[in-house]
Amino acid sequence: MDSIGFGAAWLQYALGGITVGAIYALVAIGYNIIYNVTEIINFAQGEFVMLGGLFAVFFHETCGFPMLPAFLAAVAAVALTGLILERYVIRKARHATVLSMIIITIAFSILLKGGAMLVWGRDPYRLPAFSGSGSILWNGVAIQPQALWVLAVSGTIVACLTIFFQRSVYGKAMLACADNPAAARLVGIPVRTMIFLSFMLSAAIGAAAGVAITPITLMEYDRGALLGLKGFGAAVLGGLGQFFGALVAGLLLGLAESFCAGYVSSGYKDAVALVLLLLALFFKPEGLFGSKEAAGLKRF
Amino acid sequence: MSPRKLVPIGVFAAFMAAFPWIVAPFESVSHYTDVMVFAGIFCLVTIGLSLLMGFAGQISLAQAAFFGIGAYVSAILTGRFGWNPWAAMPAGAVVCAAVAWIVGVPALRLKGHYLAMATLGFGVIVHIILNEEVEWTGGPSGMVDIPGLSIAGTPLLSETAWYYLVWTFVAAALLFSYHVLHSRVGRALRAIHEEEKAAEAMGVPVASYKVQVFVYSAVLASLAGSLYTHYVTFLTPSSFDLMWSIRFVLMVVVGGMQSLWGALLGTVFLTFVGNEWLQVFADFEVLVYGAILLLVVLWVPQGLVVWMQERLRLRRAADLSRSE
Repeated sequence: MDSIGFGAAWLQYALGGITVGAIYALVAIGYNIIYNVTEIINFAQGEFVMLGGLFAVFFHETCGFPMLPAFLAAVAAVALTGLILERYVIRKARHATVLSMIIITIAFSILLKGGAMLVWGRDPYRLPAFSGSGSILWNGVAIQPQALWVLAVSGTIVACLTIFFQRSVYGKAMLACADNPAAARLVGIPVRTMIFLSFMLSAAIGAAAGVAITPITLMEYDRGALLGLKGFGAAVLGGLGQFFGALVAGLLLGLAESFCAGYVSSGYKDAVALVLLLLALFFKPEGLFGSKEAAGLKRF
Repeated sequence: MSPRKLVPIGVFAAFMAAFPWIVAPFESVSHYTDVMVFAGIFCLVTIGLSLLMGFAGQISLAQAAFFGIGAYVSAILTGRFGWNPWAAMPAGAVVCAAVAWIVGVPALRLKGHYLAMATLGFGVIVHIILNEEVEWTGGPSGMVDIPGLSIAGTPLLSETAWYYLVWTFVAAALLFSYHVLHSRVGRALRAIHEEEKAAEAMGVPVASYKVQVFVYSAVLASLAGSLYTHYVTFLTPSSFDLMWSIRFVLMVVVGGMQSLWGALLGTVFLTFVGNEWLQVFADFEVLVYGAILLLVVLWVPQGLVVWMQERLRLRRAADLSRSE
């Protein structure tokens, strides 16, 4: 163990933290997209990640697709699930109270979890890395190529979303719905289509995160809740509705978790993100990057 | 309570008292007494949750955690330190009340989605602690050889004896909750559910009432946990995970959030579904729970019991207008 010095171990944990952190950031962005347009927190967000991973395993291993088509097919399948959630559940319950809405998305999440358990069973599944299986040694730190893929996928998604929301008509229309749905409707934006799009987009992003992380952590049917909860932690810490905040907070949570696993106790690593979530909710519910006035206006 | 309301309650109580004797002669259903012991234990949890959700309008996805804290405090105090179970039970309740108060004061300032996520996070943290503190809780493999209960030196061995003990607790909890609901506090809770700001303006101490109901529901869950511990005499953390918190919410929602009877019936119904009728299809259990929950919230959001009451009232009104 002498060959791995303190510095190298530190770097190794940081790298692991950034990798999972990128996934939490993507989950958080998924929450934000739906929240921005509908003011709903979708408790099934974590299940989208789980389904993404398992669908990729299905398309790649069972159907024998090459990796890229399997990735795209998995994302499309989960986007379809998001569509079903919006079209047949959320739209039907649009007059429901907040309490009912929470119960509805929880119900949908355990429906997905139960379905996944029936189809894939209780065992974790592995997926080969997108490229190469060995790890690269750099300054005494072992880097899995898949970790770089995770960062690349996350970076691409964040870049595409930024362009989408700043340049495209649909992106701007979605932001307008977030800002003021009534005014958006008055200027002719089809709010309903935007809601529908937001669910598909957010499901697709969750799925992409799921496919990217599966080669590193494996994937099983009951992974969704914890991933969702940690992603929500990132969303709150970054200020609900803020994309940049979600990115930074996701990486922070990943780092905190990874360092806790390395230096304190690996058993409690899952608790770190949750404790941070509770502290954020209790003491700074507007998040690190949200403003207090904006948080006061939000409906929960 | 009006005499007209007392009659069905009397019939119900008589049925509940006779239940073990009704099912005992029939081989295929004689173990229903055992299922009803579990149903009664879960009823203690859901009566508290019904007060919190249906009347105060606050959600908690942490009830399994409080259930677990009660269970483990009882198990550790009796198994490790040789306490009398009857002394360990209130000790567990006190611990639970303290934890619920510490979590509740900041958490109940949050609303809706934030509160749900906060209680969810807290529940998962408790579950992680139960798994990790191997020295105290036995970790994932759990604790065994927890002593049973005895009353006045006579150990409670038969399921029938347990049945009466547990349902006496349920009856007491129902009675107490009924009185709470029909007092000043109950009216205040309903006002909070209706419109928090208006309630506050009318001088209802909103924050403190919400925390009090939360603590009350945690204490009931803790008592249920203690009874559970001594009935099954072994514990694993998997009985106190997130899925159980969701099950408790489901039990309350299916019967009807705004009715204590709804919580009672929903709990008994779903305990039978889980312990009996779905045993054969264990893999379907999660799926079926999700489907039931979704269907109920979408189509009968008031819950089955309240829905039936409404239908009965409508029919009675229709009969009346026809006879005129």
